[in-house]
Order: sequence, then C-alpha cells, then structure tokens
Amino acid sequence: MATKVHMEALSPTMEEGRLVKWTKHEGDPVKSGDTLAEVETDKAVMELVARADGQLLKVMVPEGTTVPVGNVVAWIGKAGEKVDGAGSQESGAGAAKSAPAAAVSKPAPAPTPVPKPAPTPAVPAPVAAQADATRVKASPLARRIAKESGVDLKLVQGSGPGGRVIKRDVEAGATQTQAAAPAPSSRLPAPSGVPYEDVPLTQIRKTIAKRLATSLGPIPHFFLTTEIDMERAAEAREALNKQLGEEGGKISFNDIIIKAVALALVQHRACNAWFQDDHIRYWNEVHIGMAVAIEDGLITPVIRNADLKSLREIGAESRELAGRARNRRLKPEEYTGATFSVSNLGMFDIDQFTAVINPPEAGIVAIGSIVAKAIPDGERVVVRRRLRLTMSCDHRVIDGATGAVFLKTLKQMLENPLAMLL
Amino acid sequence: MATLTYRDALNQALREEMQRDPNVFLMGEEVGVYQGAYKVSRGLLEEFGPQRIVDTPIAELGFAGIGVGAAMGGLRPVIEFMTWNFAVLALDQIVNSAAKMLYMSGGQINMPIVFRGPNGAALQLSSQHSQAWESWLAHIPGLKVVAPATPADAKGLLKSAIRDNNPVIVLEGEMLYNLKGDVPDGEHIVPIGRADLKREGTDVTLVCHSKTLAVALKAAEQLAEQNVSAEVLDLRSLRPLDEAAILESVKKTNRAVVVEEGWPHAGIGAQIVDLIQRDAFDDLDAPVQRITQADVPMPYNKLLERAAKASPEKVVAAARRVLYLD
Repeated sequence: MATKVHMEALSPTMEEGRLVKWTKHEGDPVKSGDTLAEVETDKAVMELVARADGQLLKVMVPEGTTVPVGNVVAWIGKAGEKVDGAGSQESGAGAAKSAPAAAVSKPAPAPTPVPKPAPTPAVPAPVAAQADATRVKASPLARRIAKESGVDLKLVQGSGPGGRVIKRDVEAGATQTQAAAPAPSSRLPAPSGVPYEDVPLTQIRKTIAKRLATSLGPIPHFFLTTEIDMERAAEAREALNKQLGEEGGKISFNDIIIKAVALALVQHRACNAWFQDDHIRYWNEVHIGMAVAIEDGLITPVIRNADLKSLREIGAESRELAGRARNRRLKPEEYTGATFSVSNLGMFDIDQFTAVINPPEAGIVAIGSIVAKAIPDGERVVVRRRLRLTMSCDHRVIDGATGAVFLKTLKQMLENPLAMLL
Repeated sequence: MATLTYRDALNQALREEMQRDPNVFLMGEEVGVYQGAYKVSRGLLEEFGPQRIVDTPIAELGFAGIGVGAAMGGLRPVIEFMTWNFAVLALDQIVNSAAKMLYMSGGQINMPIVFRGPNGAALQLSSQHSQAWESWLAHIPGLKVVAPATPADAKGLLKSAIRDNNPVIVLEGEMLYNLKGDVPDGEHIVPIGRADLKREGTDVTLVCHSKTLAVALKAAEQLAEQNVSAEVLDLRSLRPLDEAAILESVKKTNRAVVVEEGWPHAGIGAQIVDLIQRDAFDDLDAPVQRITQADVPMPYNKLLERAAKASPEKVVAAARRVLYLD
C-alpha cells in the first residue's frame, strides 16, 4: 500500500509551502529520512523528507507550485504499485481547516494552481527570486563566468542535472542581466512604457504582510522617543576595540545597544512580555530579536539570553546569525521566541523612526543614526554624538509610564556604559 | 612521404636506427628467421645478421635480463615481446632492474633499452591475451611509456625511444599493425612527452591514445552529425604526460571524455581526470567522463567482447552527458 507524502508544516507558522525543487524524481528509490524536495516556507527553504521506504511512485506537484500544508504532494510505495491520481485534491489536516484553501474541494486534477512566480514571461531562465534560497549548484566554469560577468548565480535557473547551473545558463542569465541592467527595479520604471510591474508575493513577503497587519492594526501601539548621548558609549567602544585589536571581532554600536536593552529588560520585566489573548506572559529570560534586512524581506534572528552574554559574544553571534539570515539558512528555532526586539536603521542615515511590533512581543526599540550635534552644556555649546531611539509599545501590556521608566534605564546605561556593570 | 602500414613504419624505424648506430640490436621470440610474429622485423636478419637480430627461447624474464645487462654495458637493445601479455613474466627485469638502474647507481649507469610489442586486446584472444597494461607501466618512476596510434607516430616514437638513454616502453597493437598512413621518409622523430591534436573542435575534448584514437575519431564524426564539435587529443606518450596539451584543450572546450583500453580502476584516465580537476577546475562545465574496458576479464565470446570494449557509441553517449544534451 503506497504512502502519501504530505506538505508538512516545516515552520511553526507555515500554512503553505512552495515546492522549490524535487531532489528525488519519479522512479527513484527512497529511504525514510531521504530528502525528497526543497520547500520554501514562510521563512526559509527547508527539506521535505521521506517518511517511508520504497520508490517515489508519483509526484503530484510540479516545481514552483505552492501547496497548502497537509496536501498530498507525492506517493511512495513499491515499484509498479498503482496510486490514486486524485490524491492531490485530498485535503490534509492543515488545509481542511483553512476554509478557502483553493485546492481542497475542487475536482481539478492539478494541485493548488498558484501560478509560477516567474515575473518575466517568455524567458526560460527567469530573474525570479525563486531559487535564491537554496545553495546554488553550479559547475566550476559557470561559477567563474558568473563572477567575471557579475551574474548572481542565485538568480540563474540551472538546466543541468539536479538543477546544476552550467555555462549556457549563466550566459543566458548574463544577456538578460545586461538587458535589464540600466533600470534597477527599485529605481525609476523602465522607459519602455510599462507603468508598473506585477510581482507575485513570495512566501516571506506574504508572511510579513499577514503578520504585520496583525500588528499595527489590532495592536494599540504608542511610541516613546528619547535622545541619548552616545559620547561615552562611543569612547568605550573605541577603547574596547583598541584592546581587541588584532584579535578581531569588533564591537558595534548595535551590539552595545542589544546588551543595554537586555540588561534594562532584566530590571523592567513589565516590558519583557508577550500578549497572549487571555493572559500576559512575562518572561524571566531575555531573548532579543534583531531585525535583519534580507533580500526581499526581513527576519529577526534571536540572541538568546542576551543579558548574560558578553559584548563580544553578542557581536560574534549577531554577525553569524545575520550572515545566515541573508542566506536564508536560519532554522526556525533561531528566529522564533524573542521576548523583545531591536530594529536598527542607523546605518541608513535614518534620524529616527518607529518600528512595528513583532507579536506576541510587547515592545521594540527603533534605533536611528548616531549623529554629532551641538548641545548646550551649561553656558557653553559642545558637540556630542547623539542617538534618537524610539520604543513602540503594546498598550495592552505596557503603559506609558512603564515604557518611560524602562527607557530611562536604557538611556542611563547607554550614557554611562559602566552602569551595565552594576 | 610514403604510405606505409604501422608494421612497416616500425620496421623502417628499426632499420634506420640500426643503420645509424651499430650498438642497436633487436632481441626476442621469432624476430629473426620467422621475421617477427607480426612481421615487424621483416628483412632485418638478412640485412644485419644474427648478432644483431637475436632469436631467443620462450623465456621473457631471461632475455629481458640479457637486454638490461647489454644496456648496462653500453649497447642499445630493443626487446620485442610477442605481446605484452607475455611480458608480465619479465616485469621483474623491467620494473626492478631497468627502471631503477640509473637511480640506484647514483646516476652512473644509463639504461638505453626499449621494450616493445603489441598491447591490449585484438579479437577473441580471451582474458589472458587481451590485456592493456599501460597503467601498470606508466605507474613506475624510471620508465617512459609511449603508445603510438598511427604509422607516422609509430616510426617517430620508436626512433625517439631507441635514442633515449632511459628505458622506454613502446606499446603497439595487433589491430594497428595493418593500419596505413602517411609516414615521412628518413629522419622523422616524434619527441616523447608530446600529445597530438588529431582533430580540432570546440565543444568537448576526447582524450585517447593507441587504439582508442580510432574510437574517438569515429565518435567525433558521429558527434559532428549531431552538431557537436569534438576535439580529439592523442596522448601518444603516457609517461611523461603532455599535461599542458590536455589542459589547453580542456580550457578551450570546458568538457572532457577520456577513452582508454584498460580497466577503469586506477587506469590512465584516472590520472588524467586528476590533472584536469586540479588544474582546470574553473574551466570545467561538467564532471569529466571516462570510457574504459568493462571491469571484467576480457570475454572470449564475440558479442560480449564487443560489449566490454570502449566503442564510439559509448564515447558519443559520454560526450552528450558532459554537454548536458540528454
């Protein structure tokens, strides 16, 4: 009796997955635990593994298709065994619950007919962001040509075995890139007369939309802004980095801020909390989510127990997590479970901004640029490095005064970094 | 320039070298009165007499050893093995004496000896008489190994081998002896260690030597009909190997298929793949493929023998694989 392979929930919030690539093909022998396919979840590209031994009898879902969790995507069984071709419409547990899940009840033979997100029709090697998250398999020559011609291998669809990118793919990609080069999509529209470009939502963009709409809408936000004198923090940072010297692993302002936020939260548990419908969970541990911009979105890897870690440890960990976040190689447990978040746009010359709370957390601080400013000091005017920091609070958890005292502690710590030693 | 068979090209090389240098002599089974089991030494006994064309008993180790001693004494022996299958009996002299003499004498004793004879399979000679030993022989430091595929290369390489002050293995082929081709008259020397581009192409390099040149050329023709331009590189020398020529070709075509007569495990092709992956890594668009004899003793049965050997069809299939055409 053949076994169904379902689209599994590969992340805690996953409701549907896009089948990026079949790594096994019909007729291939499979063993339990073998990777069958790569699936783009709402956060990362994960592996869908076999739960049975035998042969991959039938693949129900073509690559590039998005399928609700629970739907049958393939069959495993004995060679020659017949399988029910209609299995694709069968609603799995997950799909059945979400009422409008398209593929559930329709008798259409194809599974969820979400179109392939190839924004450039008529070109076989699209600039789609669809393969961007997988490790790119490419021939050495293809890698070299890509490097020399500035083609991003991640954007090239491989036509070799197992999706290997080979010379002809890169060359096709290079001509496309050249053609597209004069008008980077984020700037002015192409002069060709097309007034807009329709780009389907990627899984991560959908998730961001959905999750943040559950934030600013339903969550009663309020904002507290304070300006912090960073002169002594800057001095401390310079001294520390001088001491680290050749050892490497420099401390950044962001590391100092994460550490200070964590220590301030230890003193203000009221801000280190989750809103949970009928209860508030105040955390005794401090896990700081760190917003990292990645291609086509953002993700918040978590520095766990940040209050207990040294600046150096925080620095090393945040660099490592951010690196893997950009390659979309974070495991679900690495981007979930934060108790409070920090979002830093200082490097983009943003003076000040408000960040959207990442539920169920109750607060987030938004960090602007550190700017030299003329500040009155008694009768004189002195130039000091200053930082504007805005905290977004969920009013269901944090009241104005609660947030304010937390910020006061945070400000003290940053203005007098020695306070962190207390 | 004359059109000669491979056999007669070898004969010409022997004759010219024996005329040129009185220290050169030929020794082996049936080389004199019978004029060679494959008639390579036709007419030589008549011209040079029994002192220089020496018939031996069926005792490979013995006459190989006599050759080694003669070379130590300053002569330039050419030792003919009726086939390399029989030379297995003489390996001790080849490997332990000839290959190591210069090294173990601290550079005092040269070893200007040639061991030659047909190598690899002919037709239906079965397992014990159909073996290609080049990977064994090329494995040994101290030996040079050449495997000419054409009459002209046979003449030029045998002349180089006889003039070389080191032991040189010349691998011929029963199926090659009747092959005809243009051979330059007189002083035609092919240097040892130099490969030859037998056909130019742009899409894939077929690396071959000896009998597999014909296989590769036929494959290249079939590939041309499929709009694939194959380059055929005849190694000619297996030790030293013309690494520069291999790399140059692979850098041009980005793909390679290595064709050889021997078995796959630790074969000559493995050495070439090692070179390519190390020194042409960034030029490769596909893993290098090898076509070898099947990993079995050569079957006697005609159909099985054919199936076991490298063939143009197998080479074409491998070329299509490295070109991602299937």
